[in-house]
Order: sequence, then structure tokens, then C-alpha cells
Amino acid sequence: MAEGTFLSMALTGALILGQILLVTVPLLLAVAMLTYAERKVIGAIQLRKGPNVVGPFGLFQPFADALKLLTKETIVPTGANRIVFMMAPMLTLLLSLVAWAVIPFDAGWVIADINVGILYLFAISSLGVYGIIMAGWASNSKYAFLGAMRSAAQMVSYEVSIGFVIITVLLCVGSLNLSDIVNAQKNMWFFIPLFPMFVIFFVSALAETNRSPFDLPEGESEIVAGYFVEYSSMSFAMFFLGEYAAMILMSGMVSILFLGGWLPPFDIAPFNWIPGIVWFALKTALCLFVFLWVRATMPRYRYDQLMRLGWKIFLPFSLFWVVATAGVLMATGWIPR
Amino acid sequence: MLAAIVFYVFAAILVASAAMVIVARNPVHSVLFLILCFFNAAGLFVLMGAEFLAMILVVVYVGAVAVLFLFVVMMLDVDFVKLREGFARYLPVGAAVGLVLAAELVFVLAPWAFSASVPEAISVPIPDPGEIHNTKAIGLVLYTDYAYLFQAAGLVLLVAMVGAIVLTLRDREGVKRQSIARQVARTRGQGVETVSVKSREGVDV
Repeated sequence: MAEGTFLSMALTGALILGQILLVTVPLLLAVAMLTYAERKVIGAIQLRKGPNVVGPFGLFQPFADALKLLTKETIVPTGANRIVFMMAPMLTLLLSLVAWAVIPFDAGWVIADINVGILYLFAISSLGVYGIIMAGWASNSKYAFLGAMRSAAQMVSYEVSIGFVIITVLLCVGSLNLSDIVNAQKNMWFFIPLFPMFVIFFVSALAETNRSPFDLPEGESEIVAGYFVEYSSMSFAMFFLGEYAAMILMSGMVSILFLGGWLPPFDIAPFNWIPGIVWFALKTALCLFVFLWVRATMPRYRYDQLMRLGWKIFLPFSLFWVVATAGVLMATGWIPR
Repeated sequence: MLAAIVFYVFAAILVASAAMVIVARNPVHSVLFLILCFFNAAGLFVLMGAEFLAMILVVVYVGAVAVLFLFVVMMLDVDFVKLREGFARYLPVGAAVGLVLAAELVFVLAPWAFSASVPEAISVPIPDPGEIHNTKAIGLVLYTDYAYLFQAAGLVLLVAMVGAIVLTLRDREGVKRQSIARQVARTRGQGVETVSVKSREGVDV
């Protein structure tokens, strides 16, 4: 009996480990391809070729970059707080990976189908700020610290409107489970009735991942590279990986909350032959393309403008929209029981 | 058995990091240990099947309150040598305060833990976790039976927020502010003036 339970425990452990690898390895590959896609897309927008030397169409460029970073020396500044300095990039990477545990890639394709999935995602994405603050403080450098301060203020501000957007979606679903959220969009994807919230969520996602036009924490023209000026080699690479994985995660969240996750656009013959994971990947890739497009198009926001947008426009508007959605659902009796 | 192991791991880290919060010399390290503490408390909530409370703990305390806390502590210019100077002098006072608090805790907890009516008091309002999950259970109680208390808690927070803003708001002189509405409302006629300047005479602007 005891032996049997031990065996079953070991089997479950191996199964979970396999699932984790099955998510993490393609994710890291996707991060590599995203850095390549970013350089290609921006190159195309600026009428350049982008990377085209390493491998066919320059496809091996991200691997060459990774190898270069791996072989470089890790430098810890003299005045730095060593432990916190090394912990910060690890934390950033870890947080951007653990969030994938609850993402449903297809009907039933999820590592942990927990009841409070969306809250878990919200919690993990609100923790992302710690990697940045810790890096900024531990580097013992003015530029890094300035970047960290900006980032902390920015991420806390935009989390509020993200929270309201999530509440609006939850009102229409009646569950915190991510699979339920996707299934509730069978008839109509939420970006149609909740279009303004879709826009707010996307813009807030840009701010939450410190992407341009909200990349003040990095701001290479004013504070060099912000919170990771002092990082080199693998510790820098971990920040980079974490940031891009967070971008993919945010795009995945946009597609789950508003674009129907794994559901095909129309539930008719040629569309529902394609497996759900392909639809999910396509929607995520579309959001990622907009991320890159915005980066190549928009100038950087000034700090006071960023705060104004977050607190004076997004917050009142999303608050109003929460009340309006709740009112409409109550009045029409569409509220899910 | 697995749950017990996980419980002891979470509880041990929780207690150890709570001790480190007050032992650590660097205040930033203290806050980081405090965050670890919150995190393990959330883990214990998950073990008890209260995943909603666990997530709210992480979102509110770790994701917002502790960030601002860390923010403030990092900005403080603390002189560590000076901080430890009066340690011996303040030790008796600190110990006395600690003792009083501990005694109060014992007085409060002792009758509660040993009173015979406690098991009955606990076992009444909890719905069966099999038929209703805890997020829904909390919602059903919070917005019906405790609606007034919930509103009162919200009002207390609102008053605290208004108070904080009133205390820190001051009108600063000579600050240039951007008025988006005025910028947008500006027309070409207000901003541009065409002047034909005669040669060798110049113009007064």
C-alpha cells in the first residue's frame, strides 16, 4: 500500500515535470523568436533588412546572441549588494515563467486549472515589479535607482486599471477560472461588447511590461538603460528573457480575456478543423506584432503624461465602465448565475 | 502526508522570515523578508483551501502595500552606526512593551482557545466546500449579511485616503503645468502671426 502510494506520487511528479517542460521549452523558443521578430519587424518598418546573416534569413541570430551572452563575464559592481543583485534577475525570470501554469492553451490543455486563475495571473504580474526595484536598489547606481523608482510608480499605477478591466470581464463571465472565461466567449468574443476596455487593457499591458511608449524605466536616451545598467552576461540575459516572456504572457492574457482564447473566430467547417492551440498562438502572435508595431511608431511618453494617462483618464473611465457593465447586466438580466 | 510536509515547509519559512524581519540589520532586507513572510502566509491559505484569500493577500499586500513600503525604505537615508548606538539604552523600554503585548495576547487567546463553546461557534456558518467554492461563499456572505460592515470598511479607507491627500497636498508656486485642453483648443490664429518685414527696418515682436 505504502509502496503503491509512493509509486503513484513519483508518477504524478514526473507527469507534472513533463508538463512544465512541455510549456517552458516552447516558451523559451518563442522568446528567442520574438527577439528575432522584433528586429525583423522594426527593420521592415524602418526600411532596413534586420538580421540576415546568421543562418537562413538570419533565423539563428537569437541563438548566436544567447551564446555570446553566455560566454561573457558576469560583473558584480563593487558597491552592489551581492545577494539581492543576483536574486533580482532570477526573480524576474521565475515570475514570468510561473504565470504560465494557469494559461489554457486549448480546451483542457492547462497545467493547473485552478478556480482563481485570473487572480493568480494578476498577483504574479503585480509581483514583477520586485525584480526591477531590487535590481535598481542593489546596483547602487543612480541611473539604476532612477529607473527602478519610475518603474515602481508606473507598474503600481497601471495595475489599478488592469484590475478594473479584469473585473469587467469577470462580471460577464461569473467565474475566475480562465477556461470558463474562454468558454463564455463561444457566442461573441469580449472585445466586441467591451471594446474600450480591450484598448485600455492593451495600453496598460504595454505599461505593465515597460514597453515603449512607456519604456521610461529603461529610457536609454536619459538614464542609459535604467534598472539593468550594471548587469552583464547571463544576469542581463535573464532580465531580457523575463521581460520578453512577460510580453508573451500579457499577449496571451489579451487573447484569453478578449479574443476568445483557443476558440475559432467562426464555429464552421474550415475554421474549426484547425486545432485550438493554433488559434491561441495566432491571436497571441497578433498582439505581439502590435507590441512591436507600437515600439517602432510611438515616441516615448514623458513621466507626468504617463501618470496623467493612468490616473486621470484610464482609472475614471474603467471605473465608470465597471459600473455601466454591471448596470446593463442587471437591467437586462444577462448576469451569469 | 505530502500536505503535512508542505505545511511544515511553509510554516518554518514563515516563522524564520518573520524573525529575520526584526533581526536583519539592513531595513531593505527586512522588507524583503516581510514580503517572503506574506508569500508563505498565502501558501498556508492555499493549503487550507482558501485560495481566494491567498490571492488577495498576494495582490494587495505583496503587490501594492509592500511595494510602496519598499519604495519608502529605499529612499530613507539610514545611518546604521547611529541606529545601533542607543541599543542598550532603549532595550529595557522595548522589552517592557514586548512583554505587555505578549501578556495581552495570552489573556485574549487563552480563554478563546479553551472555551467549550468554540467548536460550535466555528462549525456553524461554513458551507460544504464540495458544493460551493470559497470565492462564491465569501461573496454570498460579504454582500448580504455583512453588507453594512463592508460599506463601513470602505468608508474608513476612503477617509484615510482623503486624509492622506489633504495632509500632503500643497500649492507650489512657479510650477509650469501642462494643460492638455488648452493645448488642444489652440488654433493656428493664436499661435502663428505672419508679419511682412521691410528691408533694413526689422520688426518689434
